[in-house]
Parts: sequence; structure tokens; C-alpha cells
Amino acid sequence: AGLRTQPGPFNAPEPQTPRDAVTHYNNFYEFGLEKEDPARLAGQFHARPWTLRIDGAVAKPLTLDIDTLIARHTVESRVYRMRCVEAWSMVIPWDGIPLAQILREAEILSSAKYVAFRSVLRPDEMPGQSMGAGTIDWPYVEGLRLDEAMHPLTLLAVGLYGDILPNQNGAPIRLVVPWKYGFKGIKSITTITLVDTMPPTSWNRLAADEYGFYANVNPEVDHPRWSQTSERVIGSGGFFGERRQPTRLFNGYAEQVAPLYAGMDLHRFY
Amino acid sequence: MAATPRKTQANPRAKYRKLLSPVLYLAGLAPAVWSFWLGAHNQLGADPVRSFEHVLGLWAFRFLLASLAITPIRTVLGVNLVRYRRMLGLLAFAYAAMHVATYVALDLRFDFAILYGDLTKRPFLIFGMLAFIALLPLAATSNTRSIRALGRNWQRLHRLVYVALIAASLHFLMAFKTWHMDALVYVGLGGVLLLLRLARAPWRRARRV
Repeated sequence: AGLRTQPGPFNAPEPQTPRDAVTHYNNFYEFGLEKEDPARLAGQFHARPWTLRIDGAVAKPLTLDIDTLIARHTVESRVYRMRCVEAWSMVIPWDGIPLAQILREAEILSSAKYVAFRSVLRPDEMPGQSMGAGTIDWPYVEGLRLDEAMHPLTLLAVGLYGDILPNQNGAPIRLVVPWKYGFKGIKSITTITLVDTMPPTSWNRLAADEYGFYANVNPEVDHPRWSQTSERVIGSGGFFGERRQPTRLFNGYAEQVAPLYAGMDLHRFY
Repeated sequence: MAATPRKTQANPRAKYRKLLSPVLYLAGLAPAVWSFWLGAHNQLGADPVRSFEHVLGLWAFRFLLASLAITPIRTVLGVNLVRYRRMLGLLAFAYAAMHVATYVALDLRFDFAILYGDLTKRPFLIFGMLAFIALLPLAATSNTRSIRALGRNWQRLHRLVYVALIAASLHFLMAFKTWHMDALVYVGLGGVLLLLRLARAPWRRARRV
């Protein structure tokens, strides 16, 4: 199904990752640990009907039906670079609504300092959620500082390549924060809560030494198990054509987001 | 004059075995050849390099386990497959070598700065490389001449296979962001093969006395 979209700002000039790669190479552990699992196993997932709840430190808590939300806003198409913490990258044409627009509708209170996101919990539709010890404590949770959440780059995506978001990419609505590692982009969001303290995040809870709250793309800060200085470009062509390119600070969005972290030690707050 | 035909007739199994060996080697290499063909034809998913790398690493571990299973199979089940052990060991080494080559050539694109960082700072990759290095002397001394020349030292040297198994197990487990069920199963099997040897050791010593 096609989405009615308008061209948005911040479009990356790099060639876009083929749609087939974007929809068949996914980290979405709710459906399994392998990259191919989400495309294979997300068919049973019901992304509609769906409501998104916005609550916490807001004057007007909202419960929004996903299609009403889409109809009420201008869905922008924005081509963003995506850098996974596993040292690979894509360039994805998302269709979405700036998170700030939606949060403002709920009238944020001054006590709000952070934004906590919670994903859906449906073990009967998401086989990865019934896997045993050693994996994520479901549901997946993520968080942003309020100023990060309100940044014009931060998007709630409802589609890609001009079509409604496929289940394996986080239908019906997911977060896209292009200057952070991909795991910050929580999928299938049910609840957004404005809070006054730093909320827990799933990967940080699992391995705090490897995944920080900020998770800003940074070639200077290595993952304990691999280097972050460069990245493989997914879908850039087979065995011999696949490129490896240098990773850029804030994934190339330093011009837009570096002021958010002025004076912060990015090695300490990784 | 009659001796020559009689000899070949008397040993049909030897001849059959001689033919079987290259066939088994080719069969053992088939997963690598097949994956490479798929990768070269863009049939290995969105990240063919990673898929190929993982297939090679997985088969290296499988053949390592298989080579270590030969002795327990003989002692526990009474089936002697010892003549296949060299082949299984060499296949494990071949896959490990292809796994390392893919990592350096296709994954890192010969970026030796990253390689140096990986091998000096990151236990995940240090363990992997250690496993490969431990297999090198084993592969080099797998020929009959080395077995004769080294005598008892050959067996001592080949205990390095346990170093390779333990290092490869750690590398395997660390390759995933979470505890991975498949990796746990493979590493568990390796642990069982190690434990079987530890359990046998006192009995062996007792008999020698």
C-alpha cells in the first residue's frame, strides 16, 4: 500500500540501499537472532489496528490510532544513513513524521527531561520473545534525552520506499535517529513516556560496557569486540564489490547534532 | 609376471579406499564451494561477505568437533573411524584458513590497521586467531613422515587441538551480541568431547601402571 508523502529535508546524497536488502537484512530480535529471521517470521504479526500512547510528564496524554496519526500529519520522505553497531551501514528512504511534532501535541511539561520508548510484547506473534535466558528482557525499551527527541532529524517512521512499513522493519511505527547506532531505533512502538530521569535501555541493560545510553556513532570509540572506524556498505554489490568506508562522527550528521553534546566526553558517555 | 595382477586383485579395498579419499575431501569442501558460488552470484543475502565468513567458521568448528569425536566413538561405540581423522582435521584447518582469508581479504579489504587493532585489543578476534595458529603445526605435521619422525612427540604436539578447541569456542560464543543457542550447542558438544577425555585419563593411567 502506498503512502502519500512529501519530500523532506536532510536527504543523504549516497546511493540508496536496494529495497530487498533493507527488508531482508534486519536486526529485530523479537523475531529471532538471524538477520533473515524477521522477513521470514514477521508475517503473523498484526501491525493494525494499533494505538500509540503518549503519557508521563505531559499536560495532554494521547492515545493515537496509527492511521489517524498518519492522516493528520504530513508524512515526509527522508533519505537517511543508517549505521549499525555491528559495523555495517545502509542508506534508507524512510517515510515518517518528526517526533517533535507528535510530542508537542501532548504538551510537554517542564519536568520532562528524557523520553522513554516501549515496544510491543506479543510472544504469540513474535517467536523471538519466547526464547530463553541470555537474550533481551522483553519488551524492548529505548530512550532519548528530550533535546535529542525534539531534534528535527529525529523521525518516527511509518513507511519506507514510499510504502507502509513492512513488519520486519518495525511496523507500524518505529524510531529513526540517524546519528546514533541502529539499535536506538526501537521498532513497533506502543508507548512513549516523558520522564525526569534517564530511562533504562535494552542493550545497555544486557551489556553496559558495550552499549551506552547515548550510542552516538563514533569512529573513535571502539566496540570492545570490534573496531568502529569503518563500516561495510550493505547491498553495495556481491562478494567483490562490497565496499568498506570510513565511519564518520555522528554518522555524518555532526553539523546538525554536535551542539547537543558540546563539552561532553564522548568516550565516557558512549 | 603373475604377481602384478594378483596384487591388485588381492587388495580391492585398498584401491577403493584410495579412490574414496579424494571423493571425501571434495565432499568436505562442497559447503565452501557452494557458498562461494552463491556469493559470487549474489545469492547469499544482503551481506554475502558476512554470510560466507560465518559458513566457513561454522564448518571449521564442525570438522574440528568431528575430528575430536573419532576417539570417543571408538572407545564408547566400538566403531573405529581413525583412518578418517586426518582428513577431518585437515578439513577443519582448511575451513579455518578460508575463514581467516575471507576476514582479511573480503571483510577488512586488507585494511591492516584494523587487523592490527583487532589482534592486539580484542579478545574476540585474538581467540579466533589463536585457534587458527594452534591448528597450523597440526596441519603441517599431519603427513605420515612427520608422524614417524616425531614419534611420541607427535602426540604431545597434537594436544594443541585442545587449545584450538577452547580458543575457537570462546571466539564462537563472543561472535554474538547475546547468548546464541546454536553456538551454545556447538560449544557444549566440544565440552562433552573434552570431558570424555578427562574422564578417561585416570583409567588410562591405572592401566599403564
